[in-house]
Amino acid sequence: MNLWFSCFLFIIVTPAHIVRLYDRFEALDKEKTGHLRPQDFGAINRLAMNPIGDRIIGAFFSPGQETVDFHSFVRILAHFRPADKKHPKDPSMPEPVNSRTSKLKFAFQLYDQDKDGKISRAELLQVLRSMLEMQVTEEQLESIADRTIQEADLDKDDAISFEEFRKSLEKVNIDHKMSIRFLR
Amino acid sequence: MPALWRSTFVLVMVLLAISRPSLASEDTGNGTENTITTLPIVIWKWEEIHFPYLVALWVLVSWLCKLVFQLNPCLTRVIPESGLLICIGWVLGGIIYGADKVQTFRLQPFTFFFYLLPQIVLDAGYSMPNKLFFGNLGAILVYAVIGTCWNAATLGLALWGCWLGGAMGNIDTGLLQLLLFGSLIAAVDPVAVIAVFEEVHVNEVLYILVFGESLLNDGVTVVLFNVFDAFVSLGGAQIDAVEIIKGIISFFVVAVGGSLVGVVFALLISLLTRCTKNIQIIEPGFIFVLGYLSYLTAEMLSLSAILSCTFCGVCCQKYINANMDERSVSTVRSTMKVFANGSETIIFVFLGISAIDPSIWVWNTAFILLTLLFIFVFRFIGVFLLTWILNQYRLVPLDFIDQLVMGYGGLRGAVAYGLVLLLDENKYKEKKLMISTTLIVVYFTVMLQGITMKPLVTWLKVKRAAVSERTLAEKIQNRTFDHMLVAIEDISGQIGDNYMRDKWNNFEEKWLYWLLMTPIARKSCDPIFNIFHKLNIKDATSYVKEGERRGSLAFVRNESKADVDFNKKFGADFSEMMPYIMTENMGPDHVPVSSILRDSVPSVCLDMHEQDLKMRESEDFDAHHLLQQHLYKGRKQHRHRYSRKHLEVNKDEHEVQEIFQRTMRSRLESFKSAKMGVAPPKKISKHLKKDQPQKMPNGKSADNSKSHAYGDEDLEFSEGDSASGCEAAGGSFPMRAYRGAGIVNPAFMAEMDTMDPMPPMQQIPSWLAEAEVDSSNMVPSQRAQLTLPWTPSNLRRLAPLCLSTHSNDSFLLADSPATQEGISELPPPPPPQDGQGQGTHK
Repeated sequence: MNLWFSCFLFIIVTPAHIVRLYDRFEALDKEKTGHLRPQDFGAINRLAMNPIGDRIIGAFFSPGQETVDFHSFVRILAHFRPADKKHPKDPSMPEPVNSRTSKLKFAFQLYDQDKDGKISRAELLQVLRSMLEMQVTEEQLESIADRTIQEADLDKDDAISFEEFRKSLEKVNIDHKMSIRFLR
Repeated sequence: MPALWRSTFVLVMVLLAISRPSLASEDTGNGTENTITTLPIVIWKWEEIHFPYLVALWVLVSWLCKLVFQLNPCLTRVIPESGLLICIGWVLGGIIYGADKVQTFRLQPFTFFFYLLPQIVLDAGYSMPNKLFFGNLGAILVYAVIGTCWNAATLGLALWGCWLGGAMGNIDTGLLQLLLFGSLIAAVDPVAVIAVFEEVHVNEVLYILVFGESLLNDGVTVVLFNVFDAFVSLGGAQIDAVEIIKGIISFFVVAVGGSLVGVVFALLISLLTRCTKNIQIIEPGFIFVLGYLSYLTAEMLSLSAILSCTFCGVCCQKYINANMDERSVSTVRSTMKVFANGSETIIFVFLGISAIDPSIWVWNTAFILLTLLFIFVFRFIGVFLLTWILNQYRLVPLDFIDQLVMGYGGLRGAVAYGLVLLLDENKYKEKKLMISTTLIVVYFTVMLQGITMKPLVTWLKVKRAAVSERTLAEKIQNRTFDHMLVAIEDISGQIGDNYMRDKWNNFEEKWLYWLLMTPIARKSCDPIFNIFHKLNIKDATSYVKEGERRGSLAFVRNESKADVDFNKKFGADFSEMMPYIMTENMGPDHVPVSSILRDSVPSVCLDMHEQDLKMRESEDFDAHHLLQQHLYKGRKQHRHRYSRKHLEVNKDEHEVQEIFQRTMRSRLESFKSAKMGVAPPKKISKHLKKDQPQKMPNGKSADNSKSHAYGDEDLEFSEGDSASGCEAAGGSFPMRAYRGAGIVNPAFMAEMDTMDPMPPMQQIPSWLAEAEVDSSNMVPSQRAQLTLPWTPSNLRRLAPLCLSTHSNDSFLLADSPATQEGISELPPPPPPQDGQGQGTHK
């Protein structure tokens, strides 16, 4: 634990948070391997009801890896820390994970399942379908997707790149929307 | 028509509201008038009607004042409107006092609390941004409850201290009375606050905090007032711990109970609007009546009426907006504004008038100045203190500048004045002093703080409201964020706001929607879908505007190169959405009032356009079946191949043949009538005007209550006979042109529509024969058909009424080349398929 502490003190400031998260981690890690597997996440009931739950679970696992250790677990969660206004960014430090860009990156990769750096129409449709499925017909879904891409798509390649994604959300206060209070 | 309805309704309600006492006097008047000696031709009945007459005049005068200010933008930019209205009140009061030597007009507490305040509160609740409100409810409650108690207690205690210290000279008062005074003047007034904050556009969190606080703390202050009033009646000696505890309990019971009454009424309203489809005309009335009843009921149960009315508005808005017809929603919205704004104006004018009355003024410099000082100081202290506590828990802490503005925005207003008038002069020896102090405080805060608010906000560089254009991407992303946060909370095993919100949303979707919304409305309440819908409407409008900028919608027909993209782009969107545009309501917010008051030209054009698109749409969706029933089967088979690139669609032999036949026939007809010298259509220029009434049924035609829409239309036609037929045809001109562009020949359409819903192929001989006999089925009215294409039976009923084939002739003549073009050039097909094409090709 001590070693970890030093690793991500810069991510989550108070040790209390780390301890609390570690407890949670151990609770999730039913087989006490020190690693979490996707099915451990799947065991969280309410997460199963979440339309994009599986994508979020997916976001915890870096490509090719089947497990996630506590370090990465916290690293991912740290995306959701509110930005720290009191300590202005130190330009020499690497960009913190809770900066606007990395928050957006996290959101972006939820869409971009094939990791080609672009949200294609099909990818957008998938997300839309899972979020809207009951209320809307397929045709409408498609036209919503088209319309969304049209809005954001600046270079007319029928896909949303990260830059375009960021542009389209320029006015959204990401720090409000992608922060959780208790991680403060 | 909604405009007319609204204005009459407003008038009637205002008159009703104010003429109640006069009814009694009218009765007595009738009684005395029985003894007459001779038959009077005209008599002067001022005594009977003077009360409602005066009230109506006052309303008129106050509103005229507002009108005058709005003519002078420089003035309103510096001084907030509320301040100006008070000034006008002073002037008017001065005039009256000069004439009568006594102040005859005063703001009576009863009038204020029962006729002027409810609509303001209801409007505030109804137009409250729900998500923001409930998202910040905790903070709002803290400010409203604790903040108000703090203000009341500190002011009362501080004044008491000064009084004990002898700073105020010889006043007959006491701790309880001062606490009572503190409590009545503690509340920030929503009327004043909204009036000022609406003009300075601060960021939404700050706005909702100030607004929500001012609204809720009115309820709190009334409760506090009642508790202290009871304490004063009991007398200091009788108050022991039990009484104090009772007071605290009653405080919570009154506040929570009032809110619950409001919620119950909100449920009632929502349930009611589920089944008011058939009485659309008075549908909006229910909202007002039930909203008012929620106020009265709470008052009757001695619960907090203001809170009741607020929560009624807040809770019902979502469901009634979804349930009611779109036009009813805009009626409710604008009527609510008329009421609220109107009574706000009256309140401020009367606040001014009331001051010009020497009999209420008692001057006590120390008391007044100290009150002003304490109010100002303790407000700031309270805000800073509470914000500091809240900031420990808030995700996004309020920064210092926001706090400053909040503190400075503590305007007092009419509620305080109304309450102070309620005091019993026998119990409160210093009632007059309290009244004068209250008036001074109101003037000071509304005028001085109101005037300085805007410069202050600019100077402090308060975060302003971002003028953001809502986009689909944002909306979808917001939804994703919500899900994401819930998931992360789940993963990290915390129960936080997001979890609660998610739970609530699930509950709402599962039960409340089911209970309170009509099935159609349920579908449309998805926010993403909603914004999509709104964007489409916006596109439609800009599409039409673009068309008008170029002269007319005829550019659609021309299909010049530049247009194609535009057409394609928006056309695709329309086509997907159109059937839903009407069945869905306009969405909960931001329907500009002007949307129903649009001036004639755009509305007609837009309207036609919608019709046009809907017509196209009806081919794709099985919402309305006319075309399916009436068009060639051949067409239908080919339909899916419609696109701009595939031109062979109309090459269907039968179809081309029939189009040819019909065109020829129409020419023949026109030729015939021209020969017979029947009047040419000279009324074309009027068609826009004439189209206005027809617009209504148009709008209706797609919502669920088609039946009476057609009723209207029928009526209109029976009256409007030939002229309307002709003008209607004129009105639909551009659209016909559009149709001509490759889809359907208008003349051809007309024939189709008037025929029985049998397979048209078999009908050809019969109509050819028929044509000789019944020339009236020749384009009775293009407009009419486009308006009511969905029910063939109606059309059949219509046909005999339209006796005016002749007047259409020139149109037909003018059009026939276009229709020929339609066949020969085979212009690009309509966008709907484009949309699908895009969809499938990608």
